[in-house]
Amino acid sequence: MYDIAIIGAGVIGSGIARELSRYKLNVALIEKSNDVATGTSKANSAIVHAGYDAKFGTNKGKFNVAGNKIYGEICDELNVPFDRIGSYVIGFDEEDMKTLQELYENGVKLGIEGLEIHDQGQVLANEPNINKEVLGGLYAPTAGIVETWELAIAYAENAIDNGTELILNYEVKDINKEKDFFVITNGKEAIEAKIVINAAGVFADKINNMLATPYFEINPRKGEYFLLDKTSKGLVNHVIFQCPTKMGKGVLVTPTVDGNILLGPTSEDIDDKTDKATTKHGLDYIRETALKTTRSIEFREVITTFAGLRAEPSTHDFIIEKSPEVDGLINVAGIKSPGLSSAPAIAKEVVTFVDDLMGSLEEDPTFNPNRKARTFFNELSKEEKDALIKENPKYGHVVCRCETITEAEIVDAINRSAGGRTINGIKRRCRPGAGRCQGGFCGPRVIEILARELDVDPKDIALEELGSEILTGETKEDC
Amino acid sequence: MEKKEMTCIVCPIGCHVEIWKEDGEFVITGNQCPRGETYAIKELTNPTRMIPTTVTIKGAKLPRLPVITSDPVPKEDIFKVMEVVNKAKVEAPVTVGDVIVEDVLGLGVNIVATRSMKKAE
Amino acid sequence: MNYDIIVIGGGPAGLAAAIEAKKKGVDKILVLERDRELGGILQQCIHNGFGLHIFKEELTGPEYAERFIDELHEMNIDYKLNHMVIDISEDKVVTVISEDNGLQLINAKSVILAMGCRERTRGAIAVPGSRPAGILSAGTAQRYVNMEGYMVGKKVVIVGSGDIGLIMARRMSLEGASVEAVVEIMPFSGGLNRNIVQCLDDYDIPLKLSHSVTEIRGKDRVTGVTISQVDKNLNIIEGTSYDVECDTVLFSVGLIPENELSLKAGIDLSKQTNGAVVNENMETEVPGIFACGNVLHVHDLVDWVTEESRKAGAYAAEYVLGGCKDSSSDEVIRTVAKNGISYIVPQRLRKDNLHEEIILYFRVRDIYYDRKIVVKNKGEVIKSVKRRHLAPGEMEQVKIKTELLRNIDIDELTVEVSEEV
Repeated sequence: MYDIAIIGAGVIGSGIARELSRYKLNVALIEKSNDVATGTSKANSAIVHAGYDAKFGTNKGKFNVAGNKIYGEICDELNVPFDRIGSYVIGFDEEDMKTLQELYENGVKLGIEGLEIHDQGQVLANEPNINKEVLGGLYAPTAGIVETWELAIAYAENAIDNGTELILNYEVKDINKEKDFFVITNGKEAIEAKIVINAAGVFADKINNMLATPYFEINPRKGEYFLLDKTSKGLVNHVIFQCPTKMGKGVLVTPTVDGNILLGPTSEDIDDKTDKATTKHGLDYIRETALKTTRSIEFREVITTFAGLRAEPSTHDFIIEKSPEVDGLINVAGIKSPGLSSAPAIAKEVVTFVDDLMGSLEEDPTFNPNRKARTFFNELSKEEKDALIKENPKYGHVVCRCETITEAEIVDAINRSAGGRTINGIKRRCRPGAGRCQGGFCGPRVIEILARELDVDPKDIALEELGSEILTGETKEDC
Repeated sequence: MEKKEMTCIVCPIGCHVEIWKEDGEFVITGNQCPRGETYAIKELTNPTRMIPTTVTIKGAKLPRLPVITSDPVPKEDIFKVMEVVNKAKVEAPVTVGDVIVEDVLGLGVNIVATRSMKKAE
Repeated sequence: MNYDIIVIGGGPAGLAAAIEAKKKGVDKILVLERDRELGGILQQCIHNGFGLHIFKEELTGPEYAERFIDELHEMNIDYKLNHMVIDISEDKVVTVISEDNGLQLINAKSVILAMGCRERTRGAIAVPGSRPAGILSAGTAQRYVNMEGYMVGKKVVIVGSGDIGLIMARRMSLEGASVEAVVEIMPFSGGLNRNIVQCLDDYDIPLKLSHSVTEIRGKDRVTGVTISQVDKNLNIIEGTSYDVECDTVLFSVGLIPENELSLKAGIDLSKQTNGAVVNENMETEVPGIFACGNVLHVHDLVDWVTEESRKAGAYAAEYVLGGCKDSSSDEVIRTVAKNGISYIVPQRLRKDNLHEEIILYFRVRDIYYDRKIVVKNKGEVIKSVKRRHLAPGEMEQVKIKTELLRNIDIDELTVEVSEEV
């Protein structure tokens, strides 16, 4: 019997797990995928918004600002690279400039610091590649960039280090409430818990509806992206937004924390909650629209494209609450943009709900807030590199040539809590496969290292989910 | 017979060759060297192919040894030859040129190693 | 640590360059190879077709490589495996990393760049659709199948009809897979005619010219693709799309020279070749740093890699032994690609250093029949050669006796495909 079962190990579920692991609780973090952070948490804009975009008085507004405030602190604790590079919303006509003014005023109301309206001269001085027709921009120094998935993975790792149990490949099929506990089942095994926290992303409505009367719908809204090679670094220095429309924040052009440039996302309501395919019309839209920000984009430098799904709530705001109907169920649903920015604050809020439900929480003195920092071998000095290799020769085997990632970094990524066990899991944790050759050279070596470390056959190494194994057999197999 | 067109595959140039019969004799045009003539007739009467592939090798740094047929084999026998080659298992060390399978399918053609592989430590 | 010449890459280019430099009298040569063995990409090119020019024999890739590896050993040239160069400075200090030796800084009088290419990816050409298992570049699949002994799929669609795609069509078929189609966006194949016959026709694999894969489907594993016809501007023609079931898509859509290291050394790259700008000595614009093989421009036949790399090795030796002139004040003839030509290597010819004969390597933009390759100076014909057949997939060369270029007013040498006769 667990005290708490969290359904969904994305940035929200993992964040909640990590905050709960401060206390003496028996927590299960349940995930239907083969790895943590495989939903929206692995395909988003990787931005920590300043927060002026969400209306004052909404959950989005409240949690974005609160999350942004503590983002630096959380990332320091978890050794997650986070760069407060600041953002611009740029305007090209009078209508845009009016919108910028509205955003500015909303932001001030929300208590966001440092907001300024810049004129054309100031914008172009800071961003020389932006199209010269720009009229001005809303500058927000508190905005920043973080790696798309790293906070989620770091949260999960730290939670497990502090005693949380991660249960992967468990798709919740049904939940029943007994007198004062829940019985969760995937059709084969049951998990019992006193409290259920629903952080199931695009499927959060499905989870709620297993226990309670439906009172919100989650509709998948697809966003597609282009990722440009590091050779495009310097194209822009801040996160550059276009003026928002009713559908979303518009197409952005932003540096990533790894040194790439990201373009996107689109905003398309779809029916299938598992459809993460990129589309011709989506990619064409970005090609066209991103140029409105800067015509200096070199599409020759595209490394890859990808898509993710936003969990768009029918209530148009975050649903963060104890279920109005079922005692012990907490819904954390509809966490779309600014979800990543709000995650640290949402996690802390949910802990207060748990505190209410359980009476009081006892702190665990053994709680360690820190996740061990990753070694960025490529960024070390020559002397540091040499010393590291002498200490651990596996730092001398460069596996990923595009990003200069060594075997030792890969082994580390595999062996941490919530470690990588798939090609994409390793890509997310330490970069092989994220560079310009997209795994062409490192792929065979990563499979070899994974098979060795996990003591499995190379043919069992998957790209992502079970059933996505890369190698289909051996040559001469039937002989 | 009708004029047949083909690409000569003897060398990377890949001449476009035409072949037909006149008064019982083969007439060949388009080839830039005499080998093209031989190829065209052969391709019509008894097409043959070289087969580059691999065999399983034990005790080397890699699990597969590249091999090739010493001479072309009848095109219709390609997969039968593959079946025999696939069953072969070799032990390191191997020297380039070593015969891995002798006289495959009685066709008078050997399967030979196309690289050397040392025994792994 | 000091060496006269450091060669970066132990594939066919690096091997030929190192051997030639040694033959020309340079003693301290070091070849640095990041993989577990020498031979480069040739080790996975188990098909034949190599060596007809250099050895007058038809060899497979590994056989060709072994000839040079044996010669390297015989000549006692130093080499290190599992050593990855991570930096080169303009003053020729090479930073190399290995498990055995940690991080080392090695000083060289001259450096020869021979790092080869990487493949263009599905991601780079932004093919829409899902991102399941079963999508690989053809070269990676070739490595798995030929060297590591693994199959990468059972029902395959290959994108791109260059030689790598065609060779893999046959290879996958031989190992028991079913290749459903080779899809080529241009109206002609980028590979050799002989490969169309022995890799596609022999196995009844359809070649879809002027077609493109416009969508990939599948959740965890590829389940199929959509193929559409394209017009002469490479735009999709409405109503021509159809679906093909498959579990694997191999991409053979071009090679890109790997010049990240070259950029670190301050070397200028050409936008046409993605390789370094070089002079008639295969020397980059940093004196003493030379480039050869696929890292300089994508070759189609390793024999030409050897020819070019031997030159680079010879001139690197000349540079080290003091025979090379200081080229900083030299007058230069630029080679300029005109009608029908996509690039020319070398890009610069130093007037005072023209050897007896220069070879201009180039590629054409389209397929041409019965044309002339015309080399001109200020509109005047210097040399004209007839060509029966020219194709973008086949690298060409034209040799010019330099006595034709001496004592004339020239600063640009243009090369073009003549108009139809």
